[in-house]
Amino acid sequence: MIVALDTILQGVLLGGLYALFAAGLSLIFGVMRLVNLAHGDVIVVAAFALLAVMNHLGLGLAAALLLIAPGMFVLGYGLQYLLLNRVIGKDILPPLLITFGLSIFAQNGLLEVFSADSRRLPANGWENASLALAPGLAVGVVPLMTLAAAIAVIVGLNQLFYRTKMGRAFRAVSDDPTTAQLMGVDPRRVFAIAMGLAFGVAAIAALFLGVRSNFDPSIGPARLIFAFEAVIIGGLGSLWGTLAGGVFLGLAQTIGAAVNPEWQILAGHVAFLVVLIARPRGLFPREVD
Amino acid sequence: MTAVAPSSRFRVATGTRLSFVAAWSAVLALAALCAAPFFVGRGALQDLFFVLTLVALAQYWNLLAGYAGIISIGQQAFVGFGGYMMFALTAFAGLDPVPAIGLAGVLGGLIAVPTARLVFRLNGAYLAVGTWVMAEVFRLVFAQIKSLGGGTGASLPTAVTNEAWSVHALADAMGLRASAARDRLAYWLAVIIAAATIALVHRVLRSRQGLALAAIRDNASATGSIGIDEARTKFWVYVIAGFGGSLVGALVFFQTARISPDAAFSVTDFTAYVLFVVVIGGIGTLEGPIVGAVILYFMRDWLAGYGPFYLMGLGALAIVAMLYFPKGLWGSFAEAYDIHLFPIRRRLIIRGGT
Repeated sequence: MIVALDTILQGVLLGGLYALFAAGLSLIFGVMRLVNLAHGDVIVVAAFALLAVMNHLGLGLAAALLLIAPGMFVLGYGLQYLLLNRVIGKDILPPLLITFGLSIFAQNGLLEVFSADSRRLPANGWENASLALAPGLAVGVVPLMTLAAAIAVIVGLNQLFYRTKMGRAFRAVSDDPTTAQLMGVDPRRVFAIAMGLAFGVAAIAALFLGVRSNFDPSIGPARLIFAFEAVIIGGLGSLWGTLAGGVFLGLAQTIGAAVNPEWQILAGHVAFLVVLIARPRGLFPREVD
Repeated sequence: MTAVAPSSRFRVATGTRLSFVAAWSAVLALAALCAAPFFVGRGALQDLFFVLTLVALAQYWNLLAGYAGIISIGQQAFVGFGGYMMFALTAFAGLDPVPAIGLAGVLGGLIAVPTARLVFRLNGAYLAVGTWVMAEVFRLVFAQIKSLGGGTGASLPTAVTNEAWSVHALADAMGLRASAARDRLAYWLAVIIAAATIALVHRVLRSRQGLALAAIRDNASATGSIGIDEARTKFWVYVIAGFGGSLVGALVFFQTARISPDAAFSVTDFTAYVLFVVVIGGIGTLEGPIVGAVILYFMRDWLAGYGPFYLMGLGALAIVAMLYFPKGLWGSFAEAYDIHLFPIRRRLIIRGGT
């Protein structure tokens, strides 16, 4: 009983990490119908950037994030404004191929600079801290903080989307970029801000990824796939759905791993395919799309 | 002025004088490729093998993305599946490698049927990632099969590589050692598969289904009204590409005689290279993938020693090509000079001037 409860709890907490991976992907798709195939590699780039400033400037985790998250925002803004805006349009092939090219570029660039060694972000022992809930049932502090961060990010993005002028521009451009332009909204700038935000969220995801587990330059594509699965399971266009999708995926993986440790990832993929068969629009699709 | 019946004044043709020359050049090139083992060394033969398999894979990917608009980044699923099927058929069912490669292709086409059912539930860009998930599922499933080597992989037993009937017969006929005979057999199979692939894709594009594909590409929603079933057409293209990917995969892993999940389902080898070849050469043309494969071969030859820089360069070049030459080298060239070596367009020819 305790074991089952523990598995479910760990699964939900793992889902928090996947929701963090997925939030940026979900945001970009919502605003500009773009799938960034380099999204996983962006997270890994941010993780290495955090590691680099922590090592070279002697900063703590929080200070490093305060430095890297705006840096990632600028990178995302620039990438969208200078590169991706040129190819965004009806034809989905150019943006897909360009982001795939970016993924290859980033992976091999990281390999060249940081080597293939596995790294981890130092967290002053926080990574081992845990809270005992009951005899035999404990939760790690970091996984708990990951889930809290995921919820905070999603609440924040939703506030931005539905309560601010910027968010109104996001929704307008998402619905109809041409008309939005007539109303004085510049879609190129809106797209760039959305991409910048996605990169900033990627930096937050990178922090928790790097504290919870080892990372190396090659793990980006797998993070993209988890993020993608969370978005599709949750249903397109809904950030809370993305959180639910992440939790669903985390649960499936943890339960799979409890049966046989080798089945963790496969169990997640199978759960995704089952959702695809049973509810192709995801668990919580937006009413109109 | 005599009245001329419209039927004799207008003619619809596909061929041109140039395409006639090109067809004969292709026959000559094919003959030269077949004769190559008698003139070039083993290393060069392996390079040619690489280019030929890449051309074949690129043609199937081009059919998917360039003509049917199905952007898959998971075709390595079929390459790896074909490789593993070839291993299973030869090592366990005791089949000769030549029929086993063909059968692996057929099985690849069959497994594409349920795969298509799943991935076609997604659209556009999401379908692309969906195919990638499928490839990961294939990789993880094969990594669980202990009799095929599990996660670490397996080597083909020499009973298959060197003592198979086809290898043996070739070695006897040419007075070669078994390993050299296997290299030649794999090479000739690569020539046949590459040539047959180009012929097959050309035929598909010239057929009614090819016209349907062009119509879907130009206006998907209007095609339904003229009786074209978009989903069905795309499904068949996906199955053909699954067959082709598995066929080439079976051949590649017969040649290397070793398979592992990471090598068989490699995104770099069977998707990144293939995408690069098609994009650089020219998407949506039959000639483009051939041009692209030759360019990649030379780049690999010159730059492979630079390790990660080489792949960074490939990624950057693909981005630059997509921005500035979206039609690729061959596509831009063909458009500028109106040259089509393997024409698939029908043109209207009006006789006797205006």
